[in-house]
Amino acid sequence: MAKDRTPPRHRRWFYRFAIRNGTGKRRWPIRSAGINFALGYGVLFLISATLFLSFIWWSSTSLLNDHVRAFIETDAQELRHRWNHGGAEALGDAITDRLEQNIDDDALYLLMDRHGRRLAGNLPGWPVAIKKMNHFYELTIRRYTFTTPAQFKAYALPHGFRLIVGHDIRGRTLLSTVITRTVIWCAVMISLLAVGGALVVRDLFRRMVGSIARTASAVANGDLNHRITLTGSETDLVAETVNTMLDRINRLMEGVRQVSNAIAHDLRTPITRARNQLEEALFSASSPDELRVAVDKAIGDLDHITGIFEALLRIAQIEAGARRSAFTIVDLNQLLANMAELYEASAEDAGLKLKLNITTLPALFGDERMLQQALANLLDNAIKFSPPDSTLTLSAHPVMAAATSSNTNERQRPLGLEISVQDQGPGMNDADILRAHERFFRAESARNTPGSGLGLSLVQAVTSLHHGRLILTQANPGLKVTLFLPLTPEAEQTGRSTTPTQNTS
Amino acid sequence: MRILLVEDDPTVRSFVLKGLKEAGHNVDQADNGKDGLYLAIGEKYDIIILDRMLPGGIDGLNILETIRGQKNNTPVLLLSALSDVDDRVDGLRAGGDDYVTKPFAFSELLARVEALGRRGHNESAPETSLTVGDLTLDLLSREVRRNGQKIDLQPREFRLLEFLVRHAGQVVTRTMLLEKVWDYHFDPQTNVIDVHVSRLRQKVDKPFETAIIHTVRNAGYILRPAQD
Ligand SMILES: Nc1ncnc2c1ncn2[C@@H]1O[C@H](COP(=O)(O)OP(=O)(O)OP(=O)(O)O)[C@@H](O)[C@H]1O
Ligand SMILES: [Mg+2]
Repeated sequence: MAKDRTPPRHRRWFYRFAIRNGTGKRRWPIRSAGINFALGYGVLFLISATLFLSFIWWSSTSLLNDHVRAFIETDAQELRHRWNHGGAEALGDAITDRLEQNIDDDALYLLMDRHGRRLAGNLPGWPVAIKKMNHFYELTIRRYTFTTPAQFKAYALPHGFRLIVGHDIRGRTLLSTVITRTVIWCAVMISLLAVGGALVVRDLFRRMVGSIARTASAVANGDLNHRITLTGSETDLVAETVNTMLDRINRLMEGVRQVSNAIAHDLRTPITRARNQLEEALFSASSPDELRVAVDKAIGDLDHITGIFEALLRIAQIEAGARRSAFTIVDLNQLLANMAELYEASAEDAGLKLKLNITTLPALFGDERMLQQALANLLDNAIKFSPPDSTLTLSAHPVMAAATSSNTNERQRPLGLEISVQDQGPGMNDADILRAHERFFRAESARNTPGSGLGLSLVQAVTSLHHGRLILTQANPGLKVTLFLPLTPEAEQTGRSTTPTQNTS
Repeated sequence: MRILLVEDDPTVRSFVLKGLKEAGHNVDQADNGKDGLYLAIGEKYDIIILDRMLPGGIDGLNILETIRGQKNNTPVLLLSALSDVDDRVDGLRAGGDDYVTKPFAFSELLARVEALGRRGHNESAPETSLTVGDLTLDLLSREVRRNGQKIDLQPREFRLLEFLVRHAGQVVTRTMLLEKVWDYHFDPQTNVIDVHVSRLRQKVDKPFETAIIHTVRNAGYILRPAQD
């Protein structure tokens, strides 16, 4: 027995993350399509939210900076104005004034004389970082008990005086906190949404697959009539395919059931007859001749049973499908002529006339022997069910595609061909026509003609093998049985090779 | 004729053995592939009858392939429970000369065995005419005369008669005729062959005093010269 190949549980994790041989690809550990879908979606969402917020951050800080710088510039402009009018004194006063009126407490000043003495302003001393005049600096400074970022610009005044105008940009810190908080909240919310979405999507997936799974398990449990309900969603494609498959399985099962019923009923009869005959002869035959007759009859019955078995087996073999090993290019003209010659004698013997109505047929890719057998069964039926002095007609002709004006330039190629056998017998009613191809089916009126009801089943199997159709029509009087056989690309290539040609239809 | 029969089923073996002996043949038997192969290689037979399925590793096809590999052209008739077309084709491709599926009527087997034995003899000389009693067939002009009187036959009737004449004195079955004269390998459902034979009789026997084509009950037909 094959060993269970899955590694023990504790090692499976290892395998999940282990680097795959050669390819170097890691296997993604999460299998649920719904969760993966939601996860992917969440990550995408998070990335776009971060990008979006970063943009907001970037544009608002740069706006703030511009604002602050503009403010510093105008302020400095005005202060220099004061200097021009009233010198250091007036400038110092103006600075003190401004500091007093500055409710937001965000303005920073420093005025120094030539000797580095502080004349006015709220900065404790000249920051070491500021070396160049007329240049913006962004520095972190200590104010009271906290540190804060600030923008500065230093200006040189006449007589060695120097001025620093600055602005506390604590607001930006505030903004950054708000934005950070937003990012965090967004992440939390997106995660929640992703998890919720994952659950919803998984549920959705489950519901889609569930209907298919339910049907499959019903079928597994033996209820072959269960079908997947179509919902109009994307899974319908799968559902339809599975339903078609189930139909086919059902038909095959039906066939098997029919055969077992047939074995139970239809084979029992000849077996019983043979047995009874032998038993009766054993007990009551009074002479060797009588015994011989009984044994002879029993052998006949056994041969009949063998015949039924052969026919059943052959049908089963053909129906098992795709048994196309014997397919070759078949010259149907020759085949029909020879079959007609063979059966013409039988027809004449039964007082019937066999009329031929055959137009030249293209070559067909098929199983010659099976086609002969099918035709033999049809001719046999026609001869068997015809009244004396009537006529049988064997006709055959190629079937052209319905001519469309668009492709008249192309030479007309036949779609397939039709072979039919028509008689002038009792024919069949519609209900019987529907059942004619069933195994062992024989119409009520056919009870006293010999046969076992397998002839048309075999014809049906042979036509299906050739992807064709068996059509029975009431011909008043009589029955017309038609085989439609499509031409496959192989036949057109006349054996050159078996690569399929371009379909021009 | 000297015949080798390789068959593992004791009932079938004794049934065939008895029948062949009654028909005047000299039969050796083997119930497994090894003994069968040993006899087939060591002795000279006119015909070998081989069951396809044999116990013990060596089956009918192995034996057939081995003896054919040794340029031994003894006619071989295969017996098989498989009636699948493919199996039949396999058997003939491996070098078998004829194929009979089980269950079979002994008359069918005997007819085929005798036909095969006959074939071994007259393979050499290509004749231009066949003569049996007062019946002459000219194979070149396709002319048939009986008692000097010309008989008009259809091409198929000629081939049917030719086959019967070539196997004159032997029983030929309906299936053999269908296979050899018509080259058909399907079940014709009705008595098509009987009808064709009876048509032939209308031309070959009816106008004359004695019949040469006879029906053998439960078996088939036999052509026997009128003098007998
Ligand atoms: N040409 C026909 N005219 C009237 N009825 C027909 C004809 N062919 C078939 N049938 C009806 O269809 C039934 C099934 O035909 P089918 O060939 O399968 O069986 P069968 O001829 O009765 O037996 P088998 O072919 O096995 O010897 C026949 O029993 C008969 O009732
Ligand atoms: Mg029939």
